Amino acid sequence: MSISFDTQPPQLSGIGFLRWIWRQLTSMRTALVLLLLLAVASIPGSVFPQRSQNPLKVNEYYGTNPALAQWLDRFSLFNVYSSPWFSAIYILLFISLIGCVVPRTWEHFKSARALPPLTPKNLERLEEFQEFSSNQSPEEILQVAEGALRARRYRIRNLSDSLGAEKGFIRETGNLLFHLSLILLLLGVAFGSLGGMRADVIVSEGETFTNVATSYDSLNTGGLFAIDDIPPFTITVKKFTAKYDLVTNAPQDYQLQALVVDEPGKPAREVTVKVNKPLTFGDTRVYLQANGYSPIVTVRNQAGSVVLRGPIPFLPQDGNLTSTGAIKVPDMEPQLGFVAKFLPTAERTAARGGFSTYPEALKPLLDLAAWSGDLGLDSGIPQSVYRIDTEKLRQIGLASLAPGQTWDIPGGVGSITFDGFTPWVNLQVVRDPGKGFSLVGAIAILLGLLVSLFGRRHRIWVRVSQKDGGTIVHIAGLTRSPGLDEEIKSLASVLQMSTKVEGER
Amino acid sequence: MSKSDWAYLSNDLIYASMAVCALAFLVFAYELAWSIRVGEEKTTINRREKVLRVAQALTILYFLILFIGVLARGLSAGRAPWGNMYEFSITGALAFTFAYLVASLKFEVQWLGILITFSSLLTLGTAITLLYVPSAPLVPALKSPWLVIHVAAAIISGGVFLLSNCIAGAYLVLEQIEKKRDGQRPLWAQRLPKLETLDQLSYRLVALVFPLWTFAIIAGAIWAEAAWGRYWGWDPKETWAFITWVGYAAYLHARVTAGWKGRRAAWLCLIAGSTFLFNYIYVNIWGTGKHTYSGL
Ligand code: HEM
Repeated sequence: MSISFDTQPPQLSGIGFLRWIWRQLTSMRTALVLLLLLAVASIPGSVFPQRSQNPLKVNEYYGTNPALAQWLDRFSLFNVYSSPWFSAIYILLFISLIGCVVPRTWEHFKSARALPPLTPKNLERLEEFQEFSSNQSPEEILQVAEGALRARRYRIRNLSDSLGAEKGFIRETGNLLFHLSLILLLLGVAFGSLGGMRADVIVSEGETFTNVATSYDSLNTGGLFAIDDIPPFTITVKKFTAKYDLVTNAPQDYQLQALVVDEPGKPAREVTVKVNKPLTFGDTRVYLQANGYSPIVTVRNQAGSVVLRGPIPFLPQDGNLTSTGAIKVPDMEPQLGFVAKFLPTAERTAARGGFSTYPEALKPLLDLAAWSGDLGLDSGIPQSVYRIDTEKLRQIGLASLAPGQTWDIPGGVGSITFDGFTPWVNLQVVRDPGKGFSLVGAIAILLGLLVSLFGRRHRIWVRVSQKDGGTIVHIAGLTRSPGLDEEIKSLASVLQMSTKVEGER
Repeated sequence: MSKSDWAYLSNDLIYASMAVCALAFLVFAYELAWSIRVGEEKTTINRREKVLRVAQALTILYFLILFIGVLARGLSAGRAPWGNMYEFSITGALAFTFAYLVASLKFEVQWLGILITFSSLLTLGTAITLLYVPSAPLVPALKSPWLVIHVAAAIISGGVFLLSNCIAGAYLVLEQIEKKRDGQRPLWAQRLPKLETLDQLSYRLVALVFPLWTFAIIAGAIWAEAAWGRYWGWDPKETWAFITWVGYAAYLHARVTAGWKGRRAAWLCLIAGSTFLFNYIYVNIWGTGKHTYSGL
């Protein structure tokens, strides 16, 4: 692999210059520099919060540091791994690797059939030179040497007074395999993000989720993803169980029991989904990613007729599942909204207000603040279902309900009943058509690495000449890896041994 | 024995191993101080050799006690003892010492003992005071056979990377000393290996575990695909594991293709090693992301 690097661009125009650029780009050194650059470029992403991982943290950053945040955003520092400059580096790396490795693979392929090089004139100038005399004939010596070297899997070239031997072709093979697999891995990553998708959906216990684009709460797709690629399964959430440690409150086990129908018309099957056991539908998988509670409420108007009933998913705010949410009742005049907090195991202090001290519902409570006015649902601007914009609303009362309790909202507006609650799970639907390639690439990278690090490459030459009726033997070698000294020593001793036996006869 | 009995036993054993380790450190230090004072006189060589052997024996004893301590921790939780940063640290110290003991069978590295015992003490001390968490079952994401595979590979690679960094550090110090004295070493340092040997040794260790490190990352990615829904997401831990990987890959390339040796190579080795430490200390304790199993 050439690491030389012409620093001066030639004074050529057009094609010549392009060729020069191509040569620079595809040199081994450029590939290495680009790889290092990629590593350095990935650092800011571990320092600043990333939208793809933690959008809330990014908002927080904007809150505390608006001016700086704007500048950071200008340089994509909240989206490092999809930023133009990051992509530029890895696309260049990709091109550089291809330009470097593919021609070399071809060269290597051709040289597989080539013979070891001719014996150099002055063996004594090479590594591990040895000289001794023997009473065997030159031909016999060469024959023994050939046998011994072949047994060690050297390739042999026979010449009149000498032989050349070479081994370690595999080292370069490993090296090339490593680099080619790197390309495969990058292809897998690219293919996966272009042809893939990722969607989230919250499903309460008892509900059924049908896998079509309109059921998702959020959906991200790659540029080449076709909506028709979504497999038509349905999942009915039968029961979700979460177990927690009584001392540390840490989760111990999440388990989701569900009924799955792979395709309309197929029979349903019972499945259990766990954190390390996603559901698989071809290259689409469904993961159990998070869980929380949906309080079940009934809202009645002045006349006492029901205007809203059902489970409403709330968002957990901490490890003990203190959850916040919004109950919106648009079908009333004026409209009614509740800013709400669900506390599975309720506790209250003056400083913190209401919060939960344990993630299981041991002492559930629903805190409500009722607001009256215009919810802004008709403005056409999409709203979060977990939040209420209280700007155009007026607060009309506060209450805290245990399950079964009903609150008559002040002003005779109506009433709300806290009927109970049910757990919800967040299912993440992920399709990654490239991951098989990435996996094969990664395993081949490892194989290539092992071969190229531990394979040994040696060249050895043996020359014989006649002197005073005896035979003078010269051995020497060239290497790029350790162990040549032992190879030559043992070869020499094999040759000397055969001499001795001959002499004793 | 009940689970909490095992947990208490484990804590006692960790403390005991630290005591023995401290003793070994003192004996190594005594031997070093002695040789700095009296130099390389013939009469003392044999006696110093004996002291060194005592120190080595104490190191082996420390290793065995620590081994049982880690085992007991695992028994107390009914799983591989690798679920949080405390457990990762004690197992890491074990792997690091093991790498040293194995290396000392083949190479002349007993002189490294003082560094090894010192770093182990530091690791264990930090672990039991700052990082300690009670023995507890695993959180759901860690319940997977990959815990054993991924974390074992990461721990062993980490231990060997650090050993190689110790040697590269020793190389830089000795080289500086030699330079000040026109290529001569002070008497006490004369029995230490030649600079070329140190250089080679730190390279060989890296070349040996680099594939294992690669494997640790691949295993992590396979696991992440099952646990987190994607095999690579530029989580801070993943990002820094990648940076360490590139760092050592550059080191290997620099040595093999560009023929780097000696001081430059040693510095590169230290830089790559420090990215590993950064990942371990900073990302575990202050970082955010999915990979926060330190339990702090
Ligand atoms: C691409 C994916 C992953 C990478 C690159 C990765 C990287 C690492 C690294 C570098 C370490 C060494 C110790 C350290 O620096 O702190 C480590 C340890 C560990 N990994 Fe991973 N990991 C991956 C995925 C996972 C997954 C999916 C899990 C579990 C769900 C996991 C659980 C652990 C645990 C428990 C430890 C030991 C304790 C600790 O230090 O936090 N890793 N991983």
